[in-house]
Amino acid sequence: MAVDTEREALIERLTGTARELRILDLEMIIEAGSGHPGGTLSAADMIAALYFHTLRLRPEEPRWPDRDRFVLSKGHCIPIVYAAMAMGGFFPKEELKSLRDLGSPLQGHPDRTRLPGIEASTGSLGQGLSVAVGMAVAGALDGAAWRVYCMMGDGEQQAGQIWEAAMFAGRRGLDNLCGILDANQVQQTGKVAERLDIEPVVAKWRSFNWHVREIDGHDMAQILDALDEAALVTGRPSLIVSRTVKGKGVSWMELDPAWHGKAPEGEMAERALAELRGERSG
Amino acid sequence: MGAATRDAFGEAIARVGEDPRVIVLTGDLRDSTRTEAFAERYPDRFLECGIAESNMIGIASGLALEGKVPWACSFSCFVTGRFETVRLSVAYQEANVRIVGTHSGVGVGEDGYSQMSLEDIAMIRALPNVSVINPADAVETERAVEYLLDHRGPAFLRLTRQGVEDVNDDGYRFEFGKAVTLLEGSDVALVATGAPVGEAVKAAEALEDDGVSTTVLNVHTITPIDEPAVRMAAARHRAVITIEDHSVHGGLGGAVAEVLAAGNGSAAPLHRIGMRSFGESGSPAELYAKFGLDAVGIARTAREVLKARS
Ligand SMILES: Cc1ncc(C[n+]2csc(CCOP(=O)(O)OP(=O)(O)O)c2C)c(N)n1
Repeated sequence: MAVDTEREALIERLTGTARELRILDLEMIIEAGSGHPGGTLSAADMIAALYFHTLRLRPEEPRWPDRDRFVLSKGHCIPIVYAAMAMGGFFPKEELKSLRDLGSPLQGHPDRTRLPGIEASTGSLGQGLSVAVGMAVAGALDGAAWRVYCMMGDGEQQAGQIWEAAMFAGRRGLDNLCGILDANQVQQTGKVAERLDIEPVVAKWRSFNWHVREIDGHDMAQILDALDEAALVTGRPSLIVSRTVKGKGVSWMELDPAWHGKAPEGEMAERALAELRGERSG
Repeated sequence: MGAATRDAFGEAIARVGEDPRVIVLTGDLRDSTRTEAFAERYPDRFLECGIAESNMIGIASGLALEGKVPWACSFSCFVTGRFETVRLSVAYQEANVRIVGTHSGVGVGEDGYSQMSLEDIAMIRALPNVSVINPADAVETERAVEYLLDHRGPAFLRLTRQGVEDVNDDGYRFEFGKAVTLLEGSDVALVATGAPVGEAVKAAEALEDDGVSTTVLNVHTITPIDEPAVRMAAARHRAVITIEDHSVHGGLGGAVAEVLAAGNGSAAPLHRIGMRSFGESGSPAELYAKFGLDAVGIARTAREVLKARS
């Protein structure tokens, strides 16, 4: 009973955190006047679970050698990670306002040389998983306890390099590596199924010797179960196929490719934030 | 400010697309590359390749080897970044492919370095048979697309995300491989390519106000480079300044340096304006100012170079 209530409290706390992250994320993108709301909002619940439950991090010591590594392969969605980093204490929340400004460490796509806590500079889709695999091999060689997590997009699954990395990690049995597929159904210009279908994606990864678990990526209990399970799998890398909705939380952004790479402005911006804050808009 | 050269490309490709040999390929970027109009008009000859640019370039090669005229379109860094595929599947076997790279240079703006191509001219220029065209404005882009329809051999067309100043009038005729003298002076030659050409024209106007007689040479074709025009610029001015939204290594500055170093008997010093670092986030205007690519920066550099010379 005690365990159950603890778990429930955790789920409730992280669900609240995800809500706050969505608000910070969208405020930041609105302030910047450009960015990619859709794929940040779909990832918010998973990012909340990672940054406020699963990842072992020391915000005050970003290069702590024993930290878990998180690579955002779909680098255009970095604002949701910046939001989590600010909330977690890596830097003051005030700095979120500088997103995409000249001279800001909060570049439009993540830059590890400018912002401590960013593990890999990404933004060209398809490259992040290979870098994460390299980190996992290094960790395994050193007998390290830290783990590597890498979030990818579903459109990104079209990139050949993803499958080169998948094959390598599967063959090497890298069980310190956990991939997360934010399967939000939409890429830049339309539905993934219509542009270049990636299904059956679970079967593909399984055939590359990965342990795959498919979840509802907006259900915090399922997210936590999947992350906990991934840490226990031995002899194989894990992939969490997180079925999500692009633009989750703003009704009129959901599954609409128009909100892949555009910031809402003016009244639209107000309405979007009101929805995320749970206010009724007129 | 005039249109972005990618906009002009989109209109032109939809027009020349009437030719049944034309095939357009993109990697989930029909919106950004402005190829939606073509896709709607000619759905059978539009190939959505997904986010898989190496494969897209390989497919374009196969299409070209079978007599089609494929245009492989993406952000420039993502197509030229698949360099080894371009090198073997396209260049080496002389596949008649057009690589179209939008979002060139720091003019991309807020997205930052990962989406900017600052090395694309240098990479592609190293391939002996790939033509490189980097238009300065919308009209020049449209004429270049029309030219490329029947051009023989692989080519790279480099375009902007951002709007650029119009420097040519509507009656403009594009001559492949021939630099265009936009203004003629005698003190300094501003040798520019792409988006900064419009800035060079504005800089020239400011310099003329200071009594500095200024030439502006628009080098839209970088491979093959117009050697006589470059040599002439060095022979007739006290200084030559190249300007490009690209690395100073291996791009226009590199090409001009190679021509001049090969010997022309002129002592006119060469100064290269361009990128010496990675790019970063900021508005296009802020970045052009920071890296000295705007009219103010170009005029400042010209004054400094001439002062050092006198
Ligand atoms: C190699 C490469 N090609 C193209 C792009 C341009 N681009 C940025 S985001 C995007 C769509 C990504 O879709 P998906 O992976 O599904 O991400 P999400 O829906 O989560 O935003 C594209 C094509 C890129 N960043 N990298």
